[in-house]
Amino acid sequence: MPRHAPGHAPGNAPEQWPNVTLHVVTGKGGTGKTTVAAALAIALATDGHRVLLMEVEGRQGIAQLFDVPPLPYEERRVAVAPGNGEVWALAVDTEDALLDYLELFYRMRRAGSALSKMGAIDFATTIAPGLRDVLLTGKAVEVVKRKEKNAKNAYDYVVMDAPPTGRITRFLNVNSEVSGLAKVGPIKNHADSVMNVIASDQTAIHLVTLLEEMPVQETIDGIGDLRANKLPVGGIFVNLMRPPRLDETQRGAALEHNLNSDQIAASLALVGIDTPRLVAVLEREAEDHSRRVELEQRELARLSDLNLPMVTLPLIASGIDLSALYELARVMRDAGVTS
Amino acid sequence: MKSFDIDSLLTDPSIHIIVCTGAGGVGKTTTAAAIGVRAAELGRNVCVLTIDPARRLAQAMGLTELDNTPRPVLGVSGGTLSAMMLDMKRTFDEVVESHADPERAQQILSNPFYQALSSSFAGTQEYMAMEKLGQLHSNSGEWDLIIVDTPPSRNALDFLDAPARLGSFLDGRFIRILTAPARGAGNAIGRIAALGFGIFTNVLSKILGAQVLSDIGTFVAAIDTTFGGFRERADATYELLKQPGTRFLVVAAPERDALREASFFVERLQKDNMPLAGLVLNRVQDVDHTDLTEEQIAAAAQTLRATGSDNALAVALLELHAERMQIKARHKHLIQRFEGAHPGVPIISVPAMAEDIHDLDGLRSVGTALAQHTNW
Repeated sequence: MPRHAPGHAPGNAPEQWPNVTLHVVTGKGGTGKTTVAAALAIALATDGHRVLLMEVEGRQGIAQLFDVPPLPYEERRVAVAPGNGEVWALAVDTEDALLDYLELFYRMRRAGSALSKMGAIDFATTIAPGLRDVLLTGKAVEVVKRKEKNAKNAYDYVVMDAPPTGRITRFLNVNSEVSGLAKVGPIKNHADSVMNVIASDQTAIHLVTLLEEMPVQETIDGIGDLRANKLPVGGIFVNLMRPPRLDETQRGAALEHNLNSDQIAASLALVGIDTPRLVAVLEREAEDHSRRVELEQRELARLSDLNLPMVTLPLIASGIDLSALYELARVMRDAGVTS
Repeated sequence: MKSFDIDSLLTDPSIHIIVCTGAGGVGKTTTAAAIGVRAAELGRNVCVLTIDPARRLAQAMGLTELDNTPRPVLGVSGGTLSAMMLDMKRTFDEVVESHADPERAQQILSNPFYQALSSSFAGTQEYMAMEKLGQLHSNSGEWDLIIVDTPPSRNALDFLDAPARLGSFLDGRFIRILTAPARGAGNAIGRIAALGFGIFTNVLSKILGAQVLSDIGTFVAAIDTTFGGFRERADATYELLKQPGTRFLVVAAPERDALREASFFVERLQKDNMPLAGLVLNRVQDVDHTDLTEEQIAAAAQTLRATGSDNALAVALLELHAERMQIKARHKHLIQRFEGAHPGVPIISVPAMAEDIHDLDGLRSVGTALAQHTNW
């Protein structure tokens, strides 16, 4: 029986990100963007690479996925990848990122800490939300640029578990956010330098979706937004894909209540099952499944029209744990996500 | 599993506000719209306040534009149904306009910081959702039930916390420091504040530049002299949520993250004595009962597979069935964990639908599923 193997859709090989060092992963809520970001980090770390996986929304999703205690504002190794690879993780916090920034550019960490205690930083990031975004994206850019003593990059790749699709353009487009508030000045310069990396071919913004109408529509709209703002779209990760278990003819029959009940019953009898209810249950499920597959194929076609690299990831019925992350990473490697 | 009856909730004449909350992507807006339709058809005069509905869902309710005003939904019989999409910026503008004389209002509206604040997501959306809810509620007479869908926050608690945060921000210490000169503060508190302000402005001008700082000052002074009391406003709406006529529906899907958010929310409601109606669990895998276990089904599929292609159809169907049983078992396990942690919380589970919702009939079928809910 032909099965649509999870992996990349034909003609859409994702080996088109050769220069990319910053992978930004976004997606509608509930599509599994944190899971995909984590699996992507493992895939990229495979064969001796060092990858930093960072989250910016204070949800501690990475710690839960990798089953480690909540992450402090500190880079920590959370997993190894096949072939001596390493995945490190960082939960970025706005206040700490601001202190970093003050230290790095002005050697003012101490004054910053005092202000933080007074609630001033909360004040500043509330009154100017763009400021918070530039600090968070700025941290990612700092890590991407960071060199070791031997002039080698500290990390080969950075994967960011970013805010959801509805907010991603605004989040990444720090330049225009900030320039609305500050036409000149230090923060404007900082935003410009961050933007130089984010809007370059060093960055790829990936969108995670399910094959359902709403997330697909949001993905299409999100890509339109990103492109309109000249932000580099990477690829689409189709998550939780249920492989069709019936071929087209069988699906057609299932939808028309035309499956051969006698044949199914005869097959079941071969393995000693003669529960009459079971045939009816199986046929009903086949219909449900066929309807679902039709919907998924329709949505898949809409996504294919975007002509972007596409990776499909299977639904893992047992749920997402550490071994599932490695399996998804393997699927990504097989689909051409290489490092 | 302890359950509850959605129809009793919807027809209870003493209930005037239902707040649907939960993590993003769990079907919150769909649930809000579906119970709106159902309540209206059970005879109530309903207004559904949605925040950011997907296009198709908005169309299902006949909403074509975001115009910040409730619009009647046609095709509903029994009671009445109106629906609106929140326009956060316009709601904020209206608050400003209703509190300031035209000249000052214009000054505020054109300030770049006001524009950033009123269109950003940092709590403004939640504050304005509350504000709008307060407005709709005080307009009573027109609707006897308001159903609110909460903003797609990064964290469900934001809906409860962000308004107070924005309120205390606008009424807070730094606003006072920044506006202190305008008040002619010459007292001791003023001097201490001025000292802090020195460091504060020094760092802020390093980060932002002096022009920005002066823009902030102007904005803050305008906001403050026009209408202090943001916090009181937020507090008043927060109190509205504690009234006996309000109920919360926490919406989740059978996934670890969504249920964790639901847990946080349930705990918070209990801590603040806020009335929880129960948990709505969307997309729960339902499998018809047969006498066979998942292991038996999987084993049968494996044995049959070895017999060759004649039995391929039955093999595929058995594998499909086994997969569903496996998903159902996982869902059941997650739900049991939630129940163990929150034994008193009633749960309605809604089976996964094969297709998306496009129209009123689709919303009706979700309503029916909520009323029938699956028993485990």
